[in-house]
Amino acid sequence: MSMLSNQRLLRTVDALAEACSQEMARDDSVFLFGLDVDDHKAIQGSTAGLLEKFGPDRIFGTPLSEDAMTGVAVGAAMAGMRPIHVHIRMDFVLLAMNQLINMGAKAHYMYNGQIQVPMVVRCTIGRSWGQGAQHSQALHSMLMHVPGLKVVAPTNAYDAKGLMIAAIRDNNPVIIMEHRLLCNAEAYVPEDLYEVEIGKARIMSQGDDITILGVSHMAIESMRAAKFLKEEGISAEVIDPVSLRPLDMETIGNSVQKTGKLLVVDNGWLNCGLSAEVLASIAEQGLTGPDGQPVQVARMGFADTTCPTVRCLEDHFYPNGRTIAAKAYQMVKAQPTATWLPPEGVQPEIQEFKGPF
Amino acid sequence: MTQPELVQSLYQTMHLVRRFEEKLVELYPSDKIKSPIHLSIGQEAVAAAVCAPLNQDDIISNTYRCHATHIAKGGNLNAMMAELYGKATGCAGGKAGSMHLVEIESGILGASAVVGTTIPVAAGYALALKNEAKKTGEQRVVTAMFGDGSTEEGCFAETINFAVLHKLPILFVCENNEMAIHNPIERRQAISIQERVKPYGMPMGHVTSGDVFEMHDEVTRLTESVRAGNGPAFIEIETHRWLEHVGPNNDDDAPYRNPADLKKWKENDQVARLAEMLGTEKTAEINAHVEELVAESVTFAEQSAFPTKEELYTHVYA
Repeated sequence: MSMLSNQRLLRTVDALAEACSQEMARDDSVFLFGLDVDDHKAIQGSTAGLLEKFGPDRIFGTPLSEDAMTGVAVGAAMAGMRPIHVHIRMDFVLLAMNQLINMGAKAHYMYNGQIQVPMVVRCTIGRSWGQGAQHSQALHSMLMHVPGLKVVAPTNAYDAKGLMIAAIRDNNPVIIMEHRLLCNAEAYVPEDLYEVEIGKARIMSQGDDITILGVSHMAIESMRAAKFLKEEGISAEVIDPVSLRPLDMETIGNSVQKTGKLLVVDNGWLNCGLSAEVLASIAEQGLTGPDGQPVQVARMGFADTTCPTVRCLEDHFYPNGRTIAAKAYQMVKAQPTATWLPPEGVQPEIQEFKGPF
Repeated sequence: MTQPELVQSLYQTMHLVRRFEEKLVELYPSDKIKSPIHLSIGQEAVAAAVCAPLNQDDIISNTYRCHATHIAKGGNLNAMMAELYGKATGCAGGKAGSMHLVEIESGILGASAVVGTTIPVAAGYALALKNEAKKTGEQRVVTAMFGDGSTEEGCFAETINFAVLHKLPILFVCENNEMAIHNPIERRQAISIQERVKPYGMPMGHVTSGDVFEMHDEVTRLTESVRAGNGPAFIEIETHRWLEHVGPNNDDDAPYRNPADLKKWKENDQVARLAEMLGTEKTAEINAHVEELVAESVTFAEQSAFPTKEELYTHVYA
């Protein structure tokens, strides 16, 4: 991460609120709306203070009308404003797909550049405390499918602020996929305004034996896996893609040419998803490892089921640091049936998370 | 505008729409226009009346049946015809075709082929214009065009609720031709459009006569109410589509049609009515000018080049 002055330890939600506040102060075409953005809970605190500072014309709650409200964002953006539309869960974005895909994603192209749609859609994936089938869905791959949309997934407060600023300034619809379990995770965040480049992955830890690409919360779990693997003498390079569309295949490709092995851990289903896209790209490029052999690949993600509510089932729905490490171990040791599993570790953001929200 | 000027202005717009589309009917079998066309023949009065009180910098949002309002709002005829031909000189360089006509400099938001989708987009534009007026003191207005079928979409109800809540400067115009493709309104709607909209408390209008002057007066009244900052207004204008849903043909004999309705509306043709009011000499003068404009647009389109293959990849992202 770049060295900027005045760094403070901030929660992700505070970093998001700060980004919005600074951008709204800088540019009066920016406004923020969505159900509950102006209530006392302020979307986990991520919109806190904005109403007091900017008033109800620039931050306001909406009717429960995701389709039309997305259209309103598209129309306001076409008119030169920069709306930020907030969904408290990503599942509700399904109700906005018509406007996002039929209008937002296409307007610039369909109208041959006469129109731009500089809008931001914020949405949060839930997990645990019984979030279950309709509060835990990761829909990034569906959105990544569509030309005209950009999709980003910050996993720390620094990226959250920088991506929020970059998204507001971007002249296209940008979907910011946040993770409920990472809302309160802290990181050092500069006070200044800065952008995190959309389209650039970040190497979270350097390694030579295997590349692990971890998306959203799975970047955190992949870092846990790297720690377990280190104790076994395996050096894993963990990459957080940060931006999902555009996806930084160059950084990923460079890494796998060094390690010869790629494990993609998506925070989502595998079928037709980001993991398939990454592996297809590696295969199409014909990338080889340091031994000249084709890159060895594998992927993990959500179980191919609906997300169950009860914890004892949910635990098996998601990959975790231990299962990721075990898979990586098999790949590095070239022992597909190796049964090594790291000891139980701590996952504070999961263990400590309590709802009800 | 004096009454004779109004008659002339409305006639010129309606006749231009009529002749432009009749030219499309003539051209379509040549396959030069490789795009679905949803013609407004029979519905010209609505477009002429709706656009009459609008300034160039006011905004109109359209449906895929957008030729009439595109012309009436002042869209460039040459660029429009070139777009139908798919030429690089078209209003969207051939990427839009008939269903997505657009011309921002004339205040024409791009049209959409997905029924109802432009209604909330128009409201979003109106939100921006409300905001703009606080700085400039000048209230531009948005006119949202849609058909009777659109009022069945969820986003219609969602949008009028939001527009009333935020007192947006938008006029909702329901162009009711009583047909959604081939499905008559009585098979689709449990209660009338008027009854559904009334509870929101907007100023409302309902023109059933087909009379272009009544349309004009009602639209003008409501547009001025919107411009004055009174919040949104709603008008339903009954009309009739003479041709098939999509394409250049008559489908008079199709089972969904009521021949008596078609006959009644054709006898009530406002283009012919206003021609008669203007008299032979004035009509001939306008008609000659219209013929020139239409012919010029065809020549322009035919002489223009198709986009180059590089255009495929332009404007995916801004």
